[in-house]
This record gives sequence, structure tokens and C-alpha cells, in this order.
Amino acid sequence: MAKIIAGVGCSHVPAIGAAIDLGKTQDDYWKSLFDKFKRSQEILAELKPDIVIEVYNDHGTAFSLQYIPTFAMGVQDEFQPADEGWGPRRVPVVKGNSEFAWHLVESLILSEFDMTIINEMEVDHGLTVPLSLMFGQVDAWPCPVIPLCVNVVTYPAPTGHRCFALGRAIRKAVEEYPKDMRVVVFGTGGMSHQIHGERCGLINSAWDKQFLDRLTSDPIGLSGVPHKQYVTEAGAEGIELVMWHVMRGALNDDVDELYRVYHVPASNTAVGNIILKNRGVN
Amino acid sequence: MSKSEEYADIPGTYLFDKRACAKGYHLNNFCMSMMKEENRKAFLADEPTYLDKYKLTPEQRKAVLDRDWLRMIQEGGNIYYVSKLGATSGYTFEKMAASMAGTTPEKYRAMMLGGGRSIEGNRSKAEQAAESAKKGNS
Repeated sequence: MAKIIAGVGCSHVPAIGAAIDLGKTQDDYWKSLFDKFKRSQEILAELKPDIVIEVYNDHGTAFSLQYIPTFAMGVQDEFQPADEGWGPRRVPVVKGNSEFAWHLVESLILSEFDMTIINEMEVDHGLTVPLSLMFGQVDAWPCPVIPLCVNVVTYPAPTGHRCFALGRAIRKAVEEYPKDMRVVVFGTGGMSHQIHGERCGLINSAWDKQFLDRLTSDPIGLSGVPHKQYVTEAGAEGIELVMWHVMRGALNDDVDELYRVYHVPASNTAVGNIILKNRGVN
Repeated sequence: MSKSEEYADIPGTYLFDKRACAKGYHLNNFCMSMMKEENRKAFLADEPTYLDKYKLTPEQRKAVLDRDWLRMIQEGGNIYYVSKLGATSGYTFEKMAASMAGTTPEKYRAMMLGGGRSIEGNRSKAEQAAESAKKGNS
């Protein structure tokens, strides 16, 4: 039987991907950030995931405003890194797992989460930057990745509570899968940032830190935080953090925080990473 | 949960909501077209003619031609789309951000390296006014 081992929250700042791809990780601006992620990579290696379900958002790359699915899942065996205007990132192709993804889609829809089903889709920095941060610069990603896209660009994003409930439904779907598989769920985006308007550049470290703390101490209460608080306190684009609730909902009530990173700034954004392990699961 | 109208008191913030998405649809479609090299070339070679293909309002059209980033956002542009025009036009994101914030790229960079724009005084228009009055008095 498949089981969820751990959850990862991780920012997906595009400039981090560019710094990796252009060999700038040892530059003064970037070194202290990348040093903090070395331990994250060691922990992911120890967790030995057989598959990752990665919750992320597309940034006007695979989707335009023509279609705006609230929740969508990629069900093919392969997803190419997208050209976002400066050439595709020099990262491995993302391999999916069609059989497992179709199982998830079927189970989720029957659990009343009406996923949009995506056969063909290129994946942007929202998906590939957390893979780079968690797995480093590799010739092939260590395991297949199931992309789960959430609309957080056009208001309203799904509520935190709804995202948490989706995580619960994912956990049920994973536990129904008959093959032995170690699953890690990534929730990506955030932390505080605003990249438009006169309030551009907003960072709120105190708010970010309480968000990281409450993922362990008060996850259900945290998932009830209204959208307006994200936009006000964490900046308009900080609303991406609702995607972390999908990850948290997929875990058990009791988790152990294995590690966290918090760093300001990367470009316009506060960078966060947290690794939560289901208690009692080996 | 708040309807989008209830965000109007947050300063310097333009929620990409039902009004913006409807108003900015063609503007954002134009920006999306900048993902393709052939379109970038055609646009830069003759901007007015290229823009004729999109149903932009006069304000949107002027904002694009002027590279007025804040105005594009105010006219329904979404930052993820508008920034594709930024890249096409040789603007770094920092330069666009500084322009929207009404400052220089150097000052914007220094602000980010110093921990970013503080939340204090920036939660609501009322708080912002109180904060600036306080600074004026000190």
C-alpha cells in the first residue's frame, strides 16, 4: 500500500532557478541561501520518496487566461520544462506516473474534488525551482513527480480550508493505491511577497514565521485564515501560501518538523522551506 | 471570506479580480503573445500596427507604448503577463518594480536587501496615512 511519508513547503522564486542555472549559487548574494538548502537535500535523500505530488501554480505559461482551472492534475508520463521567455530551464524533464496520477484523479473526483485533467502541459519555475532546491543539480530527478496546479493568480484562489480538505482527499487516495510506494507531498510558493503596484517589495517576516510555526502547532486553525489576511499581511502574491495547506492536509495530525529555512530576500520574495514528517511513519 | 470589493482599503495593491480579469483580458492576451520570438520581433519592429490586432482600450494602448507598468496594472494587467512585455522590452524585474513603486532601481534594491518594504504602516490606507503623518511630525 502506498503511504505518505512527509510534506515539504517550499518557495518557488524564479530568480533562484536562474541563479542555479547560470552558476551563481556561490555569489555573495546567493551563497547563504543555497547553504541553508544543503540540509534540505540531505533530508530528502534520507526520506527516499518513490513519488512526489507537487502542488504549485502556473504563472501564465502553460495556462493563459483562456482557461483558469482551480485544481488541475497532470496525468501523462512526461512534462517538459517551459520556455518562460529566456529559454527553458536547464533541468531534467519531469517524469510523471500516468497510472498513479489517473488513480488520484479518479479517487479525487469521486471524493467530490472535481479536478481538471491535463494530458499535455509544460511546467514552469513554479514546479521546477522546488525540485532544484530539494534535489540539487541532477541529470535526472530521483523520482516521478505528479503536477497538481492550483489557480492562485486570478482572484479568488480556493480557500485555505478547501486546500486542506483536498490534502485529506489526497491522503485517502494514496492509501487506496495497492502498490507499495513512499509518497512525499510538496506545497510550493510564497512566502510573503508583493510584486505589483506601489506596495511592491513588501516582506513580513513576523507573519511568515507564525505561518511556519502553526503548520505544526495549529494546522487546522491556520487553514481557516481568510484570503484578505494573506493579501494584507503577506502581500498580494503571498496568497500562494494557500497551496501549503494541501500539503499539510495530506499529512497526519501529528507531524515532526525536521527542518526549516527562512531567508530574505531572493529578488522580491521571502524564501521559506519546511520539512514535516508524519509521526510514527518510517 | 471577502468579496473582492472589500480589498479596496489595502494601499498600492490591485487585486486581479473579476473586474481586472474582465477589463484586462485583451491586454493580458497581448502580453501572453510575447512568449513567442516571432511575435516579439513583429511587435518591436512596429508597435502600433502589432497592437491593432488586440482590442485594447486607449488607456491600455498608451500604457503599453509608454511602458507605464503601474498604469498597465491599473488598467487590468496582471503582473505575470505584464512582466512578459517587460522581458521583451529589456526591463529587469527590479526596474519594473521600482517604476511601479515610484522609486529608482538602486533604492528599490537597497530596500529589498534591507529586508523589504515594512508591513508597518502599509496594511491599510488609513494606517499608511497615520504613519506618514507621524513621520511628518517627527
